[in-house]
Amino acid sequence: MSEQLVSVLGTDGAVKKKDRPQLSDQDLLLLYSGMIRTRKLDERGMLLHGQGRLGFYLPSFGEEAAQLGSAFAADQTDVISQSYRQPGIALLRGVTPESMFDNCFGNQADVVKGRQMPVHYSFKEAGMLSISSPIGTQIVHGAGIAHAMKIKGDGGICMVYMGDGGTSSNDFHTGLNFAGVYKAPCVFACINNQWAISVPLGRQTASETIAAKGEAYGMPGHLIDGNDVLAVYEATRRAVERARAGDGPTLLEFLTFRMGPHSSSDDPSRYRPSELEDEWRAKDPIKRFEKFLIREGLLDDEAIEAVASEAEAEMSAAAKAAEAKPGPTLDSMFDDVYAELPAHLVEQRDGLRAEGQAHAADEDAAFPL
Amino acid sequence: MAEMTLLGAVTTALREEMERDQSVVLLGEDIGVNGGVFRATDGLHAQFGDDRVIDTPLAESGIVGTAVGMALHGLRPVPEIQFSDFIFPAFDQIVSEMAKMRYRSGGEFACPMVIRTPYGGGIRGGHYHSQSPEAYFCHTPGLVVCAPSTPEDTKGLLKSCIRSEDPVLFFEPKRIYRTVKGEVPEDSDFTVPIGKARIARAGSDVTVVAWGAMVHTCMEAADKAAEQGIDVELVDARTLLPLDEESILESVRKTGKLVVASEATRFCGVASEISAIVAEKAVEYLEAPIVRITGFDTPFPYTLEHVYMPSPERVLRGIQKVATFDF
Repeated sequence: MSEQLVSVLGTDGAVKKKDRPQLSDQDLLLLYSGMIRTRKLDERGMLLHGQGRLGFYLPSFGEEAAQLGSAFAADQTDVISQSYRQPGIALLRGVTPESMFDNCFGNQADVVKGRQMPVHYSFKEAGMLSISSPIGTQIVHGAGIAHAMKIKGDGGICMVYMGDGGTSSNDFHTGLNFAGVYKAPCVFACINNQWAISVPLGRQTASETIAAKGEAYGMPGHLIDGNDVLAVYEATRRAVERARAGDGPTLLEFLTFRMGPHSSSDDPSRYRPSELEDEWRAKDPIKRFEKFLIREGLLDDEAIEAVASEAEAEMSAAAKAAEAKPGPTLDSMFDDVYAELPAHLVEQRDGLRAEGQAHAADEDAAFPL
Repeated sequence: MAEMTLLGAVTTALREEMERDQSVVLLGEDIGVNGGVFRATDGLHAQFGDDRVIDTPLAESGIVGTAVGMALHGLRPVPEIQFSDFIFPAFDQIVSEMAKMRYRSGGEFACPMVIRTPYGGGIRGGHYHSQSPEAYFCHTPGLVVCAPSTPEDTKGLLKSCIRSEDPVLFFEPKRIYRTVKGEVPEDSDFTVPIGKARIARAGSDVTVVAWGAMVHTCMEAADKAAEQGIDVELVDARTLLPLDEESILESVRKTGKLVVASEATRFCGVASEISAIVAEKAVEYLEAPIVRITGFDTPFPYTLEHVYMPSPERVLRGIQKVATFDF
């Protein structure tokens, strides 16, 4: 089955009148600033790592259009079942960069209390579920959440994010299969950046497209230009509408390119040619959207500079504020394992406290209290 | 009080909790119109309908994984894994997702849900219908693991688990689903607390700890021991995680002798953990080495299952060994 790649934005930023999504100027500029803020957040995260101030970071360079365009098509109250490469959605939904850096530093203000590695947060207020590292697990949760929404009749839908690597996981099959059978109100959004660390798309699937896989689960699959924020928005808007109308799930494949490393620990020069990176850098989704906004008269050089420098300052201040906060208390290690602390954990916590107090004066004390 | 089987107690607990709380939903393979392969959900589909008694596609990771999603969105799912031997495709969803959700989200999200699963041997089911995998789950912080042995405890404990805010693995001893009957309180608010053992038989000479179907095997052994003048105290652990250490230690401090009986394989089993706890915390009371009576460290065999599973005679020999031990 061959899928036609759907684009709205030309590489020169031109858009056919009939394809132009119903978005206000304000919405378009919000999407733009969201993409810029996402880029600046990631740049700051990688910079902090490069300076040795942060142990690890996971950037989403090149995937800003796919993140922002899709999430913008859902309601704020719809649930996001996320993987670890959608920081732009958190920003769009009002999560502060400081809160995201609190998580990266694992400090006392970290919403997950310093218990997960950087970029593994949850933001309940923003409807964003907890992130785990094992690939694909959130796909099945998304199907379950959507089924629960259907049972409760609350009118919500679930946006389920994954990468191309995630489509190889057993949970991809299971999640799409369950959602298809239940006609669950969800949208499966695969941000296909073509690389799972070092393994290229051709090693994940022999299928011509990921979108084609929807058919076997009884749902439409669409291949969308993931570097085209307007195409992403429009395709998602239709899929959201379909889900909310009770017509079941949709699989969307947003074809894009991971412009950076998988993580701060990864070196793409070991496995892919720099020419390929150059080729995709020329297709930068932010530049493409910028050209459109300039054509529309919504942006000029001065405004572009202002958005960038404002985002730069925002991320810098957020990182500084987060870095200055102390780490979590020792006792907090034992909280939230269960709803209430069971006897064996009380015993272990008290034992650790006593050991710490007994050795607090030692020069080589194993841990400070 | 009403007399019912252990299986009937499961159905009764599910029905009562579904009547009490609209958010309780059941899901699993064959649990709908068919009422489950053991009939644990018999009649519930007719009473509660498609949205609350859900026949799922055949994939354990999907059953547990979608239940996690349902729990995250305010339902209280009670998924059934048809045989505990089939639970391993769902292992990742159980140990990486369900168990860790509260901790890893800093308490923002949780998975209040109960995975029910029939477990244990003695039904001539070969090793894919006979195993006792409770230890795998007891090694996972965040989980509650239960294995009741009587209809009364089954009803009361299952109801507590459904009302609990923590994720639970509820192991049902399928060998005695229909063979063990007992009086069960009819009060719909009757519950049995999680994390509390039960003294199934009071005694003064030897402590025997067991759970699930093995409690009945041990009771037979205790009766035989009594004929020989050995007074056994039988502790039914009921909840394995968090374990009621204090009840076990209190009994051992009294008797000075411990036998732990379990159908599961021996190495790194729950019986081993109980032995270690007693060795660490009550060694000064012990008057004999601890004895574990368990399955063997082999896969569960088909034809020789009666040899593999601890029999009353094997448990009795363990009791005799500690009772007659001479330093």
